[in-house]
Amino acid sequence: MSTLKRYQFPALIIALILLAAMPADLTGLGIPWTGFKRYGLYIISLWLVTAIAAMGVNLIMGYAGQETLAQAAFLGIGAYTMALLTTKLGVPYFVAFAAAGALCFVVGILLGFPALRVQKHYLAFVTLAFAVFVWLFIRNEQWLTGGVFGIQDVPRPVIFGIKTRPPLVFYWFVLFMTVVLAAVMWWLLRSPWGRAFTALRENPVRAESLGIDVRSYKLLAFAVGSAYGGFAGALYAPLVEFIDPAPFALGPSLYYLLMILVGGMGYFLGPFVGAAVGVLIPEWLRFTEGLAPIIFAVIVMIMVALAPRGILGLIEQLLTPKRRPHSDVTGPTLGAGATLTKSSAEKVTS
Amino acid sequence: MSATARVSADGKGKPVLEVRDIAKSFGGVHAVRGVSFDVFEGEILGLIGPNGSGKSTLFNCILGQLTPTRGTVSVDGQAVTGLRPSELNHKGISRTFQLLQVFPQLTVHENLILAGQEHRGTMFSRLFMPGDAGLGGEADRMINFFRLGHLRDEKAGGLSYGQQKLLDAAMAFMAGPRLVLLDEPAGGVNLTMLGALKERLQAVNRETGATFVVIEHNMEFVMSLCTRIIVLAEGQIIAEGPPETIRSNPDVIEAYLGH
Repeated sequence: MSTLKRYQFPALIIALILLAAMPADLTGLGIPWTGFKRYGLYIISLWLVTAIAAMGVNLIMGYAGQETLAQAAFLGIGAYTMALLTTKLGVPYFVAFAAAGALCFVVGILLGFPALRVQKHYLAFVTLAFAVFVWLFIRNEQWLTGGVFGIQDVPRPVIFGIKTRPPLVFYWFVLFMTVVLAAVMWWLLRSPWGRAFTALRENPVRAESLGIDVRSYKLLAFAVGSAYGGFAGALYAPLVEFIDPAPFALGPSLYYLLMILVGGMGYFLGPFVGAAVGVLIPEWLRFTEGLAPIIFAVIVMIMVALAPRGILGLIEQLLTPKRRPHSDVTGPTLGAGATLTKSSAEKVTS
Repeated sequence: MSATARVSADGKGKPVLEVRDIAKSFGGVHAVRGVSFDVFEGEILGLIGPNGSGKSTLFNCILGQLTPTRGTVSVDGQAVTGLRPSELNHKGISRTFQLLQVFPQLTVHENLILAGQEHRGTMFSRLFMPGDAGLGGEADRMINFFRLGHLRDEKAGGLSYGQQKLLDAAMAFMAGPRLVLLDEPAGGVNLTMLGALKERLQAVNRETGATFVVIEHNMEFVMSLCTRIIVLAEGQIIAEGPPETIRSNPDVIEAYLGH
């Protein structure tokens, strides 16, 4: 077990306590901390929602080795499903939440089918076309989606009588949902499915020969990852309360990919680190006005060059002592090798 | 293992695998030209032949990796031609590859669990199983059987070549297969590991009664491991028999030493 993985669980618990307490006004408890204002709460909630969508991308790309360029489109499907069901049909929040995830799961299965018989880049192309299609659909089908005017007043849910309308309460709700979805992902990855996904990424031919139904697992990874996009969308709509097509275009889909690269592909916490970079840096760089995307792009390029396994990969590399591969239990081979090197060196010099 | 289960080279016994007139062409190249043979329960059959004689192509046709141009493959009398490799695996047929095929990012223990997990429950029920799919103990037994105990929690990618070959072979036995096809198990393995590998393979054969088909270039290894040998040259069978007769067969010597 790697050093980083060993500390993941306790770090998670501490992080959760901090995350729950940090934005709140703690002066009542005698702690001189007034918590986050409205904007801070929005940003930290957005970070968690982004991390949920990025978790899906991480499952598809980091664990199962497939490709997706359509996560923002699935976020869009989730957000519009939530917005339409709650504003137009008055469906209860959790029913709409489940519907958003289920719809994305089904669409993910249908989208994955044509890509099964061919190599993984084909899946990337299919998802690319799909991302453009979804964005155009949302923008053009005004009768359903409101077109560029979007859908307004997406309600925040009332859960067991608790109104999540206040930003701090909604943030706690998002945090709770993030924990639930992260726990489900953790359990999925620790189940035999998780190992099958890894096998699929590392060596599909060998995996198939061990009885692993590579086609079904590919589809499942893609569909579950896409459903996480749908869940994120179902939280995003009530967070922003007004949705329009812009955040669900192709550009934002690519952005999820970059977040996973920066955070650390195939690391459980990679999406959280990546989403933090992806949400916070553009906000901090807001003062640069138009320069923010360029600065972010440069940061990503430097990251990919210096730490190809992302921030978590870099940390793990720094924490793990260097090890050499095991040699076979044979002195003679080593000895023979040494003699050979010596004699060939002699040949060169003579 | 009882004496009755072991089958003599002259084919008295039940064939596990029946290969009938398998041919495979790649464009104008006829890699395999109508090969037929039976593999009997409990035997260790060697498949040898010079480079390019069609051994691996034949293997891949039998195992569903390639679709044969013609011919049929049956297991226990049931046609399996055209089934996917994962489906064949569920019928009790397991294999290793010529090039190393372990999962480098997984530990030795995890590699073995992976090799057996798909035989537990259904795909849906596996989602609710513990991480090791209840195979932890079985994987440990296999690790100890193949003398990899000290490497249990090492990532497979960090093992030496020979150790990875042992792991590769161990993985082929995790699902308790009836028939195992080993593609050059000794390739690139040093002498010490080679002895261990052969001894372990013979032990599995003895203890589980599993049937083996082995492709191998190392003559010493194949002659001492196998009970019967088939020789391929230019996509056809040119000789068949016990190791001692194959060794002195003029056609075989001709095929190996050139024309």
